[in-house]
Amino acid sequence: MRAGLIGVLHLYSNQGMTIMLTSIVSRAAVLGVGLGMALSGAAWAGTYNLTVDYVTIDTGEFTRTGIGYNGSAKPPTLRFKEGEEVTINVTNNLDEDTSIHWHGLILPYQEDGVPGISFDGIKPGETFTYNFPIIQGGTYWFHSHSGFQEPDGAYGALILEPEEREKYRYDKEYVVQLTDTHPHWGSRIMRNLKMMPDYYNRQQRTLTDFLSDASETGLDAAWADRANWGEMRMMPTDIEDVQGFTPMINGMGPDQNWTGLFEKGERIRLRFINSSAMTYFDIRIPGLKMTVVQADGNDVLPVPVDEFRIAVAETYDVIVRPREDKAYTVFAESMGRTAFARGTLAPREGMEAEVPALRNPPLLTMADMALDPAMASMDHGSMAMGEMDHANMPMSDDDLPPGAHRMPDGTIMGGPGKDPFYAAGSGVTPEAAKKHGKFLSYKDLKASNPLYPDREATREIELRLTGNMERYIWSINGVKYQDADPIRLQYGERVRFKFVNETMMTHPMHLHGMWSIIDNGTGARDPIKHVVSVAPGTEVYMETEVDAPGQWAFHCHLSYHADSGMFRKVIVEGGPEDDLAKLNLPTGG
Amino acid sequence: MKTILKVLAGAFAPALIGLSPAFAEEVLWAVQVEQLEYRVGEDENVAAFDFDAYAGTDELKLVWRTEGEYSTDERAWETLENQLRVQVPVSPFFDAVAGVRVDTPEGENRVHAVLGLHGLAPQWFEVDADLFVSEYPSLRLEAEYEGLITNRIILVPSIELDVPFRDDLASDIGAFGPKLEVGLRLSYDLIDRAFSPYIGVHYERVFGETADIARRNGEDNGTVFFVAGARILY
Repeated sequence: MRAGLIGVLHLYSNQGMTIMLTSIVSRAAVLGVGLGMALSGAAWAGTYNLTVDYVTIDTGEFTRTGIGYNGSAKPPTLRFKEGEEVTINVTNNLDEDTSIHWHGLILPYQEDGVPGISFDGIKPGETFTYNFPIIQGGTYWFHSHSGFQEPDGAYGALILEPEEREKYRYDKEYVVQLTDTHPHWGSRIMRNLKMMPDYYNRQQRTLTDFLSDASETGLDAAWADRANWGEMRMMPTDIEDVQGFTPMINGMGPDQNWTGLFEKGERIRLRFINSSAMTYFDIRIPGLKMTVVQADGNDVLPVPVDEFRIAVAETYDVIVRPREDKAYTVFAESMGRTAFARGTLAPREGMEAEVPALRNPPLLTMADMALDPAMASMDHGSMAMGEMDHANMPMSDDDLPPGAHRMPDGTIMGGPGKDPFYAAGSGVTPEAAKKHGKFLSYKDLKASNPLYPDREATREIELRLTGNMERYIWSINGVKYQDADPIRLQYGERVRFKFVNETMMTHPMHLHGMWSIIDNGTGARDPIKHVVSVAPGTEVYMETEVDAPGQWAFHCHLSYHADSGMFRKVIVEGGPEDDLAKLNLPTGG
Repeated sequence: MKTILKVLAGAFAPALIGLSPAFAEEVLWAVQVEQLEYRVGEDENVAAFDFDAYAGTDELKLVWRTEGEYSTDERAWETLENQLRVQVPVSPFFDAVAGVRVDTPEGENRVHAVLGLHGLAPQWFEVDADLFVSEYPSLRLEAEYEGLITNRIILVPSIELDVPFRDDLASDIGAFGPKLEVGLRLSYDLIDRAFSPYIGVHYERVFGETADIARRNGEDNGTVFFVAGARILY
C-alpha cells in the first residue's frame, strides 16, 4: 500500500502538479482547517506530522507535567476526508515508547497502533509513519495505546469528512472532547489502586451517613444494610475508582470555561468525545434540546434528548439550536458526581450562564450485584433487592426484552423501565435532571445507514466481565489478559458476543478493527458502534461482522481495568491476502 | 537467604519474560507505614514503627515487614523484628504467607520461620494470622478496622495477640503467657492518603507466666501510652 501511494505521487509529479503534502498539524488543525490536499481525480492524499512531547497541563485547579502532541497540552484535531490516503509521521520525543491508536477507524491491523498486537511501538527518538486509506466518515479520536500515556494527556480528535453530503443541516461545528485529568501520573494511580483499591474513593459511606440512614430507615435496617455490603466486602459507592481529577473540555478546566461561539438561530453540531481514562459523563445543556445524530462515528436516526450519558471512549454528535442571544452552559457531570466539566455556548466571548450544582452521588444497589456468582449463594430474603419484578416471572426467556435477564432464582431483572440497558433497580440508571426530560438510552439508537445486511449470527461467544475489586484485578471469564488465550474468529463469520457483567462496575468494551453492532431490538437498524457500555448486573449482546483479517485488541476502555487484565487479543483467521479483495463482502461463514 | 532470593527470582521471571513487552505484567511496589509514632507512657517513652514494603505481581509478592520499639529512656530496642515474606493468593480475599523473621532486640536474637494468612475478612477487618516456627514457637493474630468518621477523618482500632508456646526466659517470655496490644488511633488524611498524622492510645498487657516474669522483674504487666505519629503510604 505504501508503494501504491508513492506510485500515485509519482504519477502526479509527472503531470507537473505541485505536490506539497507535508504540513505541520498544529494550530491550523485545531482551528478545523483540513490539511488534506485535493488532487485531481478520485485520489486524495495528505501527509501529517505529529510529535509526542512532554507538556505542562494547566487545569485551572492544578498544574502537572503530562504528554501532549506538537508541544501543546491542548488536544489537537486532525481532519481527514473519506477517500483520502493519509500518511502520518509520528515522532516520539518522549524517553519511553509511544504509539497512536486511531480509535474507531477501519484500517489494516498493522496501522492500528497497539504495541504488541499491531506493531512494536515507536521507540524514543524514532519517527513512525502510519499510512492508510480513510474509508468512513464521522467523529472519532486517537490516543496513545502505550502504558498510561492516554490518561497522562496523549489524545486528540479525529474528524472524518464523509464523501456524501451530511443528512442533517448545521451552520457551525465544535469538537467537545472530554477528559479526566488527574494530578497523579497514570503509573502512580495504577500502583496506588493495587496497594489500596479505595485509595481514590472519597465518597465512601461514613459514620455520618450511617447516622442519617439510621434516622431515615431505622437503626436495624441501616445496620443490616452495612452488614450486607460488609459481608460481600464491596462498597455501594464504588462507581468511580479514580476520583480527584479535574474534568476538561478541549483541554480546559471548568474555570477556564471553553467557549463555542454562535449567532442566535444557528444550528451547531457538537462532536462530543469522551477521552477520559475512567470517567463516564452525564451531559446536558440547560435550555437546549439536543438532537443526537451520530454515535461512535455512525449516523443514527435523529433522537431529541435533554441529556445523555457518554461512556469512556464513546462519541456522540448532537445538533443544538440556540434561539436566544444568551449564554448556555455545557454541563457534564461525572457519573459518580464527584466532579463536572463545564463549557459555554455563547454569542460573544467572555459570557457565562448559570452552572448547575452537582446532583447527589448515586449508590449501587443489590441489583447491580445481581450477576455476581457470589450473590447466588447469598440469602436474598434479607436484602433490599431494588425493584426486582417478581410479577413477570412466568415470562419465557424468548420474551425477555433487551437488557433483561433471568436470575438463578427465576427472577427477571431489567427490561422495560427507565432504561433496559441497566438492571431494574440499579443505582446507576441515568435520569434526566430536567423534570420529565428525555435521557438517551442505547435502545433509542437506530442506525441511519446500516453497514451490513441483517443476518443470523454464525455463533455466540460469551464474555463474562469479571474482577476482584480488593485485588484490583479485572478479567474476562475470570482470566486476565496475561494468562489468556486469544479469541480466534474466522474471516466471514458474524459473531454474537454476549457480555455478562458480573462486576459492580460499568465497563465500556471496545473491539478494535471491526464494528460492534449492539442488539437493542431494532433488527436491521441495530446501532453500529465501537464501544459497548455494559452496566453492572446486565447482559448485553453485540454482533460483529468479521471482515478484517489480522490481530486486534478487545478490551475494557477504563485504562486501569484494561491494564490490570480486562483485555483480549482477537485473531481473525483466514480472509483475503490483499487489501483490494477485502472490498468484496464475504458471502458467508 | 540466598536460596530464598533465588527461588523468588525464579518465580518472578515468568512475569518478566515470555510476554509481549507492552503487556508483561509489571512488578509493582508500595510502602505502607502503618505506624510511625512516639508513645508517651507513665514509666517510659517509646519510639515505634511498623511497616510493610512490597514488590510483586498479583500472583506473588515479596514483603519486607518490620516493626520496632525503641525505649528512649533506656536507649535500647525493646523489640526489633524484620520479616521477609512471600505472599501468594489462596482465595479472593486471602494470601498465604511464608518467610523468615529475625528478631534483634537488646538481648537475645531469635530466628523463626513464618507461616501465615493475610487478608480481608468479612465486614472489612484486615487480618493477619502468623505461626512462627522455631525453638521458641509462637502464634500471632492481628486485626485492624478503618472506621470512617468522615472520608478523611479515620478511626482505626487494632488488636494484636501473641501467644508463645514455650518458655523463652532470656526474652522474659513464659509459655502460654500471651501479650495483648490494643490500639485506637484517630488520623486525618492530610496529603491524599500519602501522609496521615494521627493521635491515639496504645495499651499493652501480658498475661499468665509472662506476667509473672514481669512482676518478678518489678515491671507493670499492663501499660497505657498516648501516641502521636503518622501513617505514610507510597
